[in-house]
Amino acid sequence: MSELQLRWNAIYALFLRETKVYFREKERIVSILVSPLLFLFVVGRGLSGTSPVPATTYEQFIFPGILSMTILFTSVTYGLYIVWDKRLDFLKEVLAAPISRSTMFVGKSLGGMVGGIAESAVLLAIGEAFILRSSLAALATALLLSALVAFATVNLGLVIGARMRSMEGFGLAMNLLTWPMFLLSGALFDLSKSEGWLRLAAYLDPFTYCVDLMRKALLGWSLFPPAWDLAAVLLFAAGGMALGIAAFGTLSQAD
Amino acid sequence: MSAAAAIRASGLTRRFGAILAVDSIDLEIAEGETFALLGPNGAGKTTFISMLCTLTRPSGGTAVVGGFDVARESLKVRRTIGIVFQEPSLDDLLTGAENLRLHCLLYGVPPREIDGRVERMLRTVGLKGREGERVRGYSGGMKRRLEIARGLIHRPRILFLDEPTLGLDPVSRRAVWDHIREMKAAEGTTVILTTHYMEEADGLSDRVALIDRGRIREMGSPEELKRRVGGDIVRLRGRVAPQDFAGLDFVREMTIDDGGVRLAVDDAPRRLKALLDRCPAASEVEVRRATLDDVFLKFAGRPLKNGENAPRADEESR
Ligand SMILES: Nc1ncnc2c1ncn2[C@@H]1O[C@H](COP(=O)(O)OP(=O)(O)OP(=O)(O)O)[C@@H](O)[C@H]1O
Ligand SMILES: [Mg+2]
Repeated sequence: MSELQLRWNAIYALFLRETKVYFREKERIVSILVSPLLFLFVVGRGLSGTSPVPATTYEQFIFPGILSMTILFTSVTYGLYIVWDKRLDFLKEVLAAPISRSTMFVGKSLGGMVGGIAESAVLLAIGEAFILRSSLAALATALLLSALVAFATVNLGLVIGARMRSMEGFGLAMNLLTWPMFLLSGALFDLSKSEGWLRLAAYLDPFTYCVDLMRKALLGWSLFPPAWDLAAVLLFAAGGMALGIAAFGTLSQAD
Repeated sequence: MSAAAAIRASGLTRRFGAILAVDSIDLEIAEGETFALLGPNGAGKTTFISMLCTLTRPSGGTAVVGGFDVARESLKVRRTIGIVFQEPSLDDLLTGAENLRLHCLLYGVPPREIDGRVERMLRTVGLKGREGERVRGYSGGMKRRLEIARGLIHRPRILFLDEPTLGLDPVSRRAVWDHIREMKAAEGTTVILTTHYMEEADGLSDRVALIDRGRIREMGSPEELKRRVGGDIVRLRGRVAPQDFAGLDFVREMTIDDGGVRLAVDDAPRRLKALLDRCPAASEVEVRRATLDDVFLKFAGRPLKNGENAPRADEESR
């Protein structure tokens, strides 16, 4: 078999493993959907905020952000499962395999995207039934974008997972990284009307561009030109991937 | 043998902080050889193997495995070896068959061959019929057998087995031994194993090394090592003391041993009379051939408590 074929088989194996494990852990699938649904139906409906987007409700306005958030949380949780693997020792089997760390990273990364995309599909269906009035094309675009956002955020999750030593860091990573990324992104409010410091923080938050792009897809409205958004998201993904491959290079059982 | 060495370690060393886990080991293992590493807990066996498998970086020294340097060509080393870890490393959310299939893909087994090999391997380790169940529901011994199957399924040229039969019942253990022998006969695999079952080391290996505190203390074929202890062991109980046997040159060693005296003797059957003459008040006598247990007790430095019988739950003689 050629080198490429070997590499591809290994990536496929890792991808398959993650996909199977994901769909077997039903509790995880459901539990991740709880907070987005609370946001959509309690915050979205209860808060009766206003939407800066013409002819849309507040619920509709925050939907793309909540969708992105779901993907972000799924991805980071997935990355943290590496720590779990370390403890369960399954990682040893993969660490000992004749595959390069970049192959391992790509396999894990593709495997992780499945979760984000699946959650996103479920949420889009719920959204379309109760909140959105998007066209099929818009939904399809959003799903496609979900894959991109999943890719970008999974890299982030994997970096954290590879670096972290224990599951105790889980709360830390969630509180220090995921929540701020989500809340600062303007997912829940209109950035253009917020204070200067907040806006600056939002511009520095790569997740802002994920949300903005998703809004363009679903509502036809965005703060920045979509090309900028896309460039920022791609940059985010590439940066995460570089960090991730570096983190995987030094990943070992003893960590 | 150096031309066809499967493994060559020189000055291989590993420190963990203040602990010197492996202390400058020099070792050559020939292609096709079965080599057993024995030694007390914490002796450094797993660490040594783990360096050869490129999973632990040496603090010093070098090792060449299958012709490749473990530090510089780790990927190539990994393509030539198979490992059964001491610690469990199965994916328990997957089924037995899935664990094997994924392993095959990771180790470059041609996809066309995978199903056939998985079938055969499952049958070999006696898991046929249970392969569709998640590993989470397997018993300890079933998991162990699956791990062994996984280590062998890609047909490595060099196989590392770290306490492979730990927790297996005597029948399963025998089945594993038989399979290792068959595999060696068919493919000339080089096998490096660690074990606390002396019988296993005796029956399987061409050479044995006794490791203690990171160093090889003794090395040779099982027969040689047993001869070094003194070919036979005589145990006497009742009113006996080691000084009864002072001055007998065929007595290699005397130790106090639960409620009696234990002697390592050359050619005990012929010398028994002379021994008994020295201790007329002995009430009980037992003569047997030396086993690797005796070698272990003599050379491993710190004798294991009950080391002689503890790991030998399967007392059937070979
Ligand atoms: N990751 C590690 N960090 C710190 N010390 C370690 C580590 N791995 C092994 N050691 C130490 O190195 C020494 C050798 O351990 P090793 O696991 O190689 O022993 P072993 O011969 O395999 O023992 P056993 O028969 O119990 O499996 C021990 O003192 C152990 O505490
Ligand atoms: Mg060990």
